[in-house]
Amino acid sequence: MRLFRYLGHRLLLAVPVILGIVVLNFFLIHLAPGDAASVLAGESGAATPEYMALLRHKFGLDQPLSTQFFVYLLNMAHLDLGYSFRNDSPVVTLILDRLGPTLLLMGTAFAVALVCGTLLGLVAATGRRTWRDPVISVMSLVAYATPGFWLGLMMIVVFAIRLAWLPTSGLDTVGADNEGWDEVIDVARHMVMPAVSLSLFYLAVYTRVMRASVLEQTGMDYVVTARAKGQTEVGVMLGHVLRNALLPVVTMAGVQAGNLIGGSIVVETVFGWPGIGTLAFNALQSRDLNLLLGIFFVSACLVVVVNLVVDLIYTSLDPRIER
Amino acid sequence: MRAALQRFARNRLAVFGACVLLGLLILVVTSPLVFPGDPFRLAGKPLQPPGQAFVLGTDTLGRDVAAGIAYGARTSLLIGVGSTLSAILFGSIVGGIAGYYRGGVEIVLMRVTEFFQTIPAFVLAILIVAILSPSVPSEIIAIAAVSWPGIARLVRGEFVALGGREFVQACAGLGASDARIIFHHMLPNCASSIIAVGSLLIGTSILTEAGLSFLGLGDPNVMSWGLIISAGRAVLRSAWWICTFPGVAILLTVLGVNLVGDGLNEALNPKLARR
Repeated sequence: MRLFRYLGHRLLLAVPVILGIVVLNFFLIHLAPGDAASVLAGESGAATPEYMALLRHKFGLDQPLSTQFFVYLLNMAHLDLGYSFRNDSPVVTLILDRLGPTLLLMGTAFAVALVCGTLLGLVAATGRRTWRDPVISVMSLVAYATPGFWLGLMMIVVFAIRLAWLPTSGLDTVGADNEGWDEVIDVARHMVMPAVSLSLFYLAVYTRVMRASVLEQTGMDYVVTARAKGQTEVGVMLGHVLRNALLPVVTMAGVQAGNLIGGSIVVETVFGWPGIGTLAFNALQSRDLNLLLGIFFVSACLVVVVNLVVDLIYTSLDPRIER
Repeated sequence: MRAALQRFARNRLAVFGACVLLGLLILVVTSPLVFPGDPFRLAGKPLQPPGQAFVLGTDTLGRDVAAGIAYGARTSLLIGVGSTLSAILFGSIVGGIAGYYRGGVEIVLMRVTEFFQTIPAFVLAILIVAILSPSVPSEIIAIAAVSWPGIARLVRGEFVALGGREFVQACAGLGASDARIIFHHMLPNCASSIIAVGSLLIGTSILTEAGLSFLGLGDPNVMSWGLIISAGRAVLRSAWWICTFPGVAILLTVLGVNLVGDGLNEALNPKLARR
């Protein structure tokens, strides 16, 4: 019951954020040089004059700014993000169709980064006087400086072109009508390189945070107590330190959720992954600004949802937070 | 100051980073001498592998990849430093006002800051450049617009901590204006933390710039590393070198900036930097 009240409270806090994104989108439309109608129609010149007139009327572009904003707000409340002439389809449909592959890729990369980063950070912190700590620390420094899209291109050169182990692009093999486990394995093979190039940066972040966090915890009294009562070193780490040390990592994961979406745009472009990122890239190429604004809106909403989930994980790790 | 320099010099990784950056600066300064002429100029036969007539080979249009990297370094540094300075300026003003006046102003400004920290930064940067038309100033504005919240939160925290200190109260007692107290007395006291965080921000900005110009949002008439990589992508199968070397340049530069930033952090804030 308390959990539900907490969840309701957090949901209420998400409302101003969503509202803020709508305001920002409205502001950006008017920041663009030229007529707002041409922005909404996509600057491709693909829209007919009749459609432009319809847009002007629909968004009340001949009305004062306050009315325009109200109309815009009303459209957004109905999830009416406009129409993409380039793709000949409503923006909402376009984005929702591409949401699945992006969520799959992001979720996988996120899980890989979180699990491997936590483990590597733990290993580095417990091996301070051995070779493990410097090796892991230097590796995370290098990974932290590597652009994800470049790593993806390099992996294509090595693993797809030279060694021919993995497919270069796409979600699955075109024309191969796999079913059941064959399909799962096929998609997994296509996802290895995108997921690795997307996750490496975050893996480095979580490794660094986890290492610092474990080092901080090991000085605490409760760890000394646990050692004094004869716990094995592994028992102390997994039974006592791990849960406490995870808190800063989970906080960081929430902060990074927004960046993960940005990263997936470049990585999807490199691997032709049929998600929101490729959609955004195509929208950029055809100067379809309204589609881009829609993608921004949906991805920002996605971040809000991810932050809610992170909050829930946080309360289950540390029940003191829930009030 | 000397103690800080000594602490920096003892950090081997930081010194390595400083050397990388020094090399990069030399490359930027000497590029007009080593690679005279326009980097967009056709230098030789297209798609020559590295190590023959050209050290790093040529691209699809016969442009020298090494010259492109040398001129791209200038763009990367310009945008990285320019956007970071803009972010520091804007973030300091927002954080300073919030931390100095407290109360309702602080709540509103910090909510706005948190909002900008929550929304997907790179997507917003893409939108801003796409709307303002691709150019170097647009890229600087876009990257600054997504990187100021961290600075604002830092400065606000420092100001809240400084607020009750005697020297601030003394200034107020002497009748100094709010602007004078904020900019002449309190902000200089945050300089060391701003430098440490700001230097790490340069690395992130260079990575963001590379991503933007890879997506075709850089100025098409200004050479940049992301531009070379995106142009070489189409011939990745036959000419690996076009994409490879600019990426190595990005990696080394960002690594150097981050190592120097970490070193500065430890040297300037020895008590805070326990990591």
